[in-house]
Amino acid sequence: MKLVTAIIKPFKLDDVRQALHEVGIAGITVTEVKGFGRQKGHTELYRGAEYNVDFLPKLKIETAITAELVEQVVEAIQQAASTGKIGDGKIFVSSLEEVMRIRTGETGAQAI
Amino acid sequence: MENHIFELQYAMDTFYFLVCGALVMWMAAGFSMLEAGLVRSKNTTEILTKNVALYAIACFMYMASGYAIMYGGGWFLSGIEVFNLDEVLATSAENGFDGSSVYSGASDFFFQVVFVATAMSIVSGAVAERMKLWAFFLFTIVLTGLIYPLEGYWTWGGGSVFGLYSLGDDFGFSDFAGSGIVHMAGAAAALSGVLLLGARKGKYGSDGHANAIPGANLPLATLGTFILWMGWFGFNGGSVLKLGDATSAHSVAMVFLNTNAAAATGLIGALVVSQLKFGKADLTMALNGALAGLVAITAEPSTPTALQASLFGLVAGVLVVFSIVTLDKLKIDDPVGAISVHGVVGLLGLLLVPLTNDGASFLGQIVGAATIFTWVFGASFIVWLLIKMVFGIRVSEEEEYYGLDIGECGLEAYPEFSTVKQ
Repeated sequence: MKLVTAIIKPFKLDDVRQALHEVGIAGITVTEVKGFGRQKGHTELYRGAEYNVDFLPKLKIETAITAELVEQVVEAIQQAASTGKIGDGKIFVSSLEEVMRIRTGETGAQAI
Repeated sequence: MENHIFELQYAMDTFYFLVCGALVMWMAAGFSMLEAGLVRSKNTTEILTKNVALYAIACFMYMASGYAIMYGGGWFLSGIEVFNLDEVLATSAENGFDGSSVYSGASDFFFQVVFVATAMSIVSGAVAERMKLWAFFLFTIVLTGLIYPLEGYWTWGGGSVFGLYSLGDDFGFSDFAGSGIVHMAGAAAALSGVLLLGARKGKYGSDGHANAIPGANLPLATLGTFILWMGWFGFNGGSVLKLGDATSAHSVAMVFLNTNAAAATGLIGALVVSQLKFGKADLTMALNGALAGLVAITAEPSTPTALQASLFGLVAGVLVVFSIVTLDKLKIDDPVGAISVHGVVGLLGLLLVPLTNDGASFLGQIVGAATIFTWVFGASFIVWLLIKMVFGIRVSEEEEYYGLDIGECGLEAYPEFSTVKQ
């Protein structure tokens, strides 16, 4: 089992959700996050004075999947979330030791 | 029959005072929302507490001593409850139908007291996010009970300045609804407080550059501005002091028209300048622009034509943006722009009066402005300084970091994580 974590531009959420749905993913968790990468921040003006936006808003998507789906899922997210511009985000894949569905107590691939 | 008409006129003019007073009272809500919108969310409860309490303190103090200092009469308004119909009818007959209005003294007090609260509301925004709550309340007592009423006595009260000269009789000083007497006075008190208080932590970098500290809630700031805009019709309209004859009614209508026109062009001026100067349409500047237009027209809303009022508002709206940026550079940290909107533009308003009102002169306006500013700034500075020496006026650095809501009021405006004991 794998845990796929993707940081994406917030406005791409719906495209990514759609793409994952088409791959057959049963569920995702989305968190609003802030951070910086190569894109860094930018400055804004408020009442004539500058302020730095060092951390830009992004969305973190997490989904637990079976190992054989990894390539498809990563490709789906990459294609759906890409704009070709700096700040598109990253996808992390890590192995997942155990999963349990709280309602039934099922574990492993059954619980995904 | 004539007596019936005079009674009706008395009723109408009294009613007019009361309704306009209620409109001005509502400006306290406007200031509350504007200030709550322009501070950070961690200081919301505290700024709201300041605003409601300053209104209450102002009402009590002006009743206790302020009104007596400004217009004479007894402490605690003693005697204001007496009503004598014969006297009313005699004065009405003497003044004539077109003469000075005859109205209930209680309605006059109500109309005047809300002006004091307005002056004090100006202070609360400028010292926001770092002043101790109770130090602010102590100052409120002195400003509303003594400092404001005394300069009010020299101007609207017709008294002489420490027996030296009379602003009205000697200089023809004219301030219709209080660009100087209310707004610039409030700003002068605010400025003295800000100078003793210092800037908010983080406002200025180590090399002296100004950082922006964006306000938390622009819908509230916008609502507050609209409330103030609406309340201002009472502020300026009521200052005609009479509605009950055709001439006065027309004057009231002109005041409403001009007040609205100046606010509109003030907003447009500030919005366009911020777009040209900063490259973005800064809403907070636009809101300040509307208020600047209102402050500028307040000194004389009855004599300008609609076009003149619009031009005055436009000048005020443009000026206020440059004033805010300049004060920022001078390290006078004013989170809501109150000193620029009410002080700088208040002075502009006074100086615009002679352009449309032949009864006023530039010299008289300058002497009046200087008198008001010197007194309010000087007296306020001493009071702030005393409070600073005895109790301190600034919260600790730690409290400022975590927010005055918790530090002063023990209550967050938007509590997110709270659990209950089972």
